[in-house]
Amino acid sequence: MSNYAVRRFKDRLFFFLGIACIVLAVLPLGSILLEVIVKGLPTLSLNFLTTVPGPGGANVGGIGPAIQGSLILIGLTSLIGIPLGVLSGIYLAEYGDAPYARVMRSLNDVLTEFPSIVVGLTVFLVVVLKVSGSVGLGFSPLSGAIALSFILIPIVARTAEEAIKLVPNALREASMALGVRKWRTTLSIVLSVAKAGLVTGILLAVARVAGETAPLILTVLGNTHFFEGFNEPLAALPLQIYQDALSADPGIQARAWGAALILILVVLSLNIVVRLATRGRMGNSGRK
Amino acid sequence: MKISGDRIFNVVSAVVAATAAVILAITAYTLATGSAPILQKEGLSFFTGIMWNPNPAHEVFGALPYLEGTLVTSAIALIIGVPLSLGIAIFLSEMSPATVRVPISYLVELLAAVPSVIYGLWGLFVFRFYVKDYLEIPLNKYLGWIPAFKGTPYGLDVLTAGLILAIMIIPTVSSISREVLRAVPNPIREGAYSIGATRWEVVSKWVVSYGRSGIFGAAILGLGRAVGETMAVTMVIGNSVGPDAIPTSLLKPSQTMASLIASNVRDASDPLSFSAYIGVGLMLLILGLSINVIAQVMVTRLLKVKGGAVE
Repeated sequence: MSNYAVRRFKDRLFFFLGIACIVLAVLPLGSILLEVIVKGLPTLSLNFLTTVPGPGGANVGGIGPAIQGSLILIGLTSLIGIPLGVLSGIYLAEYGDAPYARVMRSLNDVLTEFPSIVVGLTVFLVVVLKVSGSVGLGFSPLSGAIALSFILIPIVARTAEEAIKLVPNALREASMALGVRKWRTTLSIVLSVAKAGLVTGILLAVARVAGETAPLILTVLGNTHFFEGFNEPLAALPLQIYQDALSADPGIQARAWGAALILILVVLSLNIVVRLATRGRMGNSGRK
Repeated sequence: MKISGDRIFNVVSAVVAATAAVILAITAYTLATGSAPILQKEGLSFFTGIMWNPNPAHEVFGALPYLEGTLVTSAIALIIGVPLSLGIAIFLSEMSPATVRVPISYLVELLAAVPSVIYGLWGLFVFRFYVKDYLEIPLNKYLGWIPAFKGTPYGLDVLTAGLILAIMIIPTVSSISREVLRAVPNPIREGAYSIGATRWEVVSKWVVSYGRSGIFGAAILGLGRAVGETMAVTMVIGNSVGPDAIPTSLLKPSQTMASLIASNVRDASDPLSFSAYIGVGLMLLILGLSINVIAQVMVTRLLKVKGGAVE
């Protein structure tokens, strides 16, 4: 009988170890959120969000250019990356059995796990540098957007494929039975049914890209002024955080925390909104 | 003859689906050609050398310390992060009440949504001091005779970088492990329970051993994450260069391949030293890609077996 007691004790112990693992993993998340709010909130003001960063000391300034730069980068990245990603996803879902498609799918998966600093180096060599054999865009918004779209495309392609595969085949068959061509069926029936899944994937990918720093170091460089044109360096929130965090000036460090609060608000609210929205929808279709 | 819309759409989307392949090819080609000058000058000693001097008068570039830094920090991440992730995965898939399963797994997944640079900021101003006060000072005081714990507790070193990486790989490793455990067929559990095993015995002797190659794959995927992680590590590892960067102790500033590039590449002034950073990027690419390919083969193979095994 004591043998059984030992075994039961082990079972209990294991249960509490599992809980301990979860607590240990969630503690850092709690600490990060708490510190970002406590240290970032005091800096926030309309002025902080709209003015240019100052040199430090008494004049810390704000993060206006960084916010503007991040919005420009996200916009350009979406313009380049979303069409390519979604079309890749369509191909992988609708024609995905061919050997060619299988190879493309695994290469896409490999690209998803790419070290992001390597993306920055590559884009610097191929797009930024002004030498022969390079596009020669210089440090510019477009260079940064190309680097970020290298990260966005494989994520969007993957989630788009998953979303399109969930569309019931009966819909495709019904459409084709009416004499609609396969490509029209895909674009007007399948995509509109998969819309919710597509939007979810795109928003999550955008949230991921909004926080990327490493690919920007060598492509947009950073700037203390507002947008100066498509041939000039650009500011961005993650870059601002990185540069300000390394400063010895307490005022500038505080600016890093303020920028971090804005960035984390955007990224986490995108994640949470997407999660709540998809859960609601899944609940509805389940009830049907 | 009229070319059908279907044909055009098929071809166009097939071409676009090659975007990822094209990006990979461009990256491999550019890094290989870009690192040719440094490989010609240093030869094999680029991989085995420990000196790093960009001063044009005495240029010498050896990348070994950064390879070691990457491997040691990633190893710490795995040693701490994988058991924790496995505990979370087992708890969520085998024993948690259904009501808490969704919120907890969601909280753990949120760890993956936090941008790397914010981990770095938190590590630099907050976590570093916890590591210093509660881990490094005691370790150094009582176990300082072990070489791994020698040095001055300062908080910006190998240990802090490894621990931050451990936190960052938890969402990846735990969610894939959970998928793997979920793919273990239920008859295995039922059979084990029917011969009187406790829950712990069912999990440890049957479920985990059935899924072990998938769990191993999840850990390797976590390793891939840790190896390529840039910003958080750059901000807490201390960024030493040359022989100082060899991670002989946990309480010592070091450098990974990714952090070397991120923190120094902007200062590269002449073509040869820039080529050296590209060479490090190429090493990082090769290491990261091989790790990922191995992991994906292992995970997909197991998740495919599941389909047949259920029958």
